[in-house]
Amino acid sequence: MSIIPVIEVRNVHKSFKTVQAVRGIDLTISSGQFVAILGPNGAGKTTLVEMIEGIQQPDLGDIFIMGKTWKGNEKHLRNLIGLSLQETHFIDKLNVWETLRLFASFFSLGKARCEEVINLIALGEKRKSWVVNLSGGQRQRLALGIALLNNPKILLLDEPTTGLDPNARREVWAILLKLKEQSDTSLILTTHYMEEAEQLCDYIVIIDHGKILKQGTISGLLGEIRDLPVKPVETRTITLDDLFISLTGRHLND
Amino acid sequence: MTERISNSQLFQLVMANVKELIREPGVLFWGIVFPILMSLGLGVAFTKKKDVVTSIAVIGQNHVMYQASDTASALLSFFLVNKAKFGHDKNGIITRKLRVPDDKLGATTFIFQSLSWKEAMVMLKRGNLNMVLDEKNGVVQYHFDPMNPDAQLTYLKLSKMLSSDGNVIRESNTEIHPLMVTGSRYIDFLVPGLIAMGVMMSCMWGVSYAIIERRSKKLLRRMVATPMKRSNFLVALIAVRIIMNFIEAGLLFLFAWLAFNITIQGNVAALFALFIAGNFAFAGISIFISSHTAKTEIGNGLINALSMPMMVLSGVFFSYHNFPEWSISTIQKFPLTMMADGMRSIMIEGAGFSEVMLPILILSATGFIFFISGMKIFRWH
Repeated sequence: MSIIPVIEVRNVHKSFKTVQAVRGIDLTISSGQFVAILGPNGAGKTTLVEMIEGIQQPDLGDIFIMGKTWKGNEKHLRNLIGLSLQETHFIDKLNVWETLRLFASFFSLGKARCEEVINLIALGEKRKSWVVNLSGGQRQRLALGIALLNNPKILLLDEPTTGLDPNARREVWAILLKLKEQSDTSLILTTHYMEEAEQLCDYIVIIDHGKILKQGTISGLLGEIRDLPVKPVETRTITLDDLFISLTGRHLND
Repeated sequence: MTERISNSQLFQLVMANVKELIREPGVLFWGIVFPILMSLGLGVAFTKKKDVVTSIAVIGQNHVMYQASDTASALLSFFLVNKAKFGHDKNGIITRKLRVPDDKLGATTFIFQSLSWKEAMVMLKRGNLNMVLDEKNGVVQYHFDPMNPDAQLTYLKLSKMLSSDGNVIRESNTEIHPLMVTGSRYIDFLVPGLIAMGVMMSCMWGVSYAIIERRSKKLLRRMVATPMKRSNFLVALIAVRIIMNFIEAGLLFLFAWLAFNITIQGNVAALFALFIAGNFAFAGISIFISSHTAKTEIGNGLINALSMPMMVLSGVFFSYHNFPEWSISTIQKFPLTMMADGMRSIMIEGAGFSEVMLPILILSATGFIFFISGMKIFRWH
């Protein structure tokens, strides 16, 4: 009996007016896999994630979440997904605890789960602080906590650490690494930070102009770099950044 | 049971909206204190507004307006001597118009309308009249609210003209009868208008702006990525706003009752139904105008473009009958005008369900149509 992939993307296309955002992407993600989607601005990674998330419909192709399409299964699938967007603003004058309680209610969860999550994201001391008074890192941890409330089978994180200082970024990573260790949640992470992808993920997908340029494990991709026509400088450690430059001729942050 | 309720998403959404509302000091000021201060300021120290057109009722004497043979009438003599123009208004009421030029203060046009006492009282309460004139046994009686500066000014201008050279009315043949009828004061006119305006502004900013801001901050997108029922989100937002409007209106009325002895002369249930219909209309309009944009600047513009004309034209602070005749029928179709007029007719004219059923139905239908249309094009992300 074959195991159903958690996410299966088959030949997906999506255009906005004259812009072809996604052009024939195929992707399969299995249970517990942490996948980073790397690409510069406008590469199509957010559109791809939005289609997986079900808020955009592909023009062509299919997306299966746990073997089901979004059509007719939205209520069920929403219970399986956790989501954190780049710089989501919650209600300023609700405190941390009230915000967690609000989102927990959408999943019919009670106080007990909120307690677990507030401890997981280490915001217990801030439970009575209004969201508006939290630091950027604390807000992002709250956003991550909200995404984890429903013990999601799939966690979608759209640039979760953009704009955070290194310490705050490492705090977010620590939560995710703990999750990786303790659960079978699959993660799709879009990021500009190569280091983040290397630290957290075991599978990398590099996309540009709506197409997958390369995908594979980190070691596999770094191994392939030797065969590429443009070689990185030999005097230092080869990174995914070098691979990205080799493939696209530009930096990820361009 | 308590745990079940507190864990329900509708309860949590309602509580989130309530907390957000009451934790914003500006809401308390603009929603509760400001209308009270406005009613206090305008009610007590109503400053003069320039009226170029002054409407005056002449009681129960149609012949006075047109029978030139009735030489016993001092008022008719006055009309004839001053060549007050005879005519009818659009409702068929007999009128005499008299334009009095004044180089320094500007011209005043007096419109004398032939009305019964009952008709005159209704128009006075609606703010459509400044004064009532009656003539008994050769004595001209001025009936007006001495606390109304417009009425005072009308009296001063008119009495000066009536007793000037060439006119037959002498000051000794005139009497002032202060009108202290409840509902005829400016504050009686003002408070229902303020309540209706409060509902409009509260819905426009509280519902529309909240939605647009949450969309612009991606909070809507984040919420619909959960199994949250979308209807619960909107129901919570609107319900909290209606409850808040009810509290604001109640406090304003309480203040007006304590400070100015304002009362509800008509059917309280009809007033409640009209209030709910008005809330529903403005909530529907608010959903519609906030259904698409994610830019708060555009939201500001849309809200102002819709609310400002109604605030100025719908007769909140003064009667819209001061505007040109051709515009009146359009103004009367505005939701704010319907709500304010309906509330005035109940609060100061003693109207019941039958008189306000039409505005209740139209306001409810307006809310329903705009709500459904808004939902059709609503963008959650």
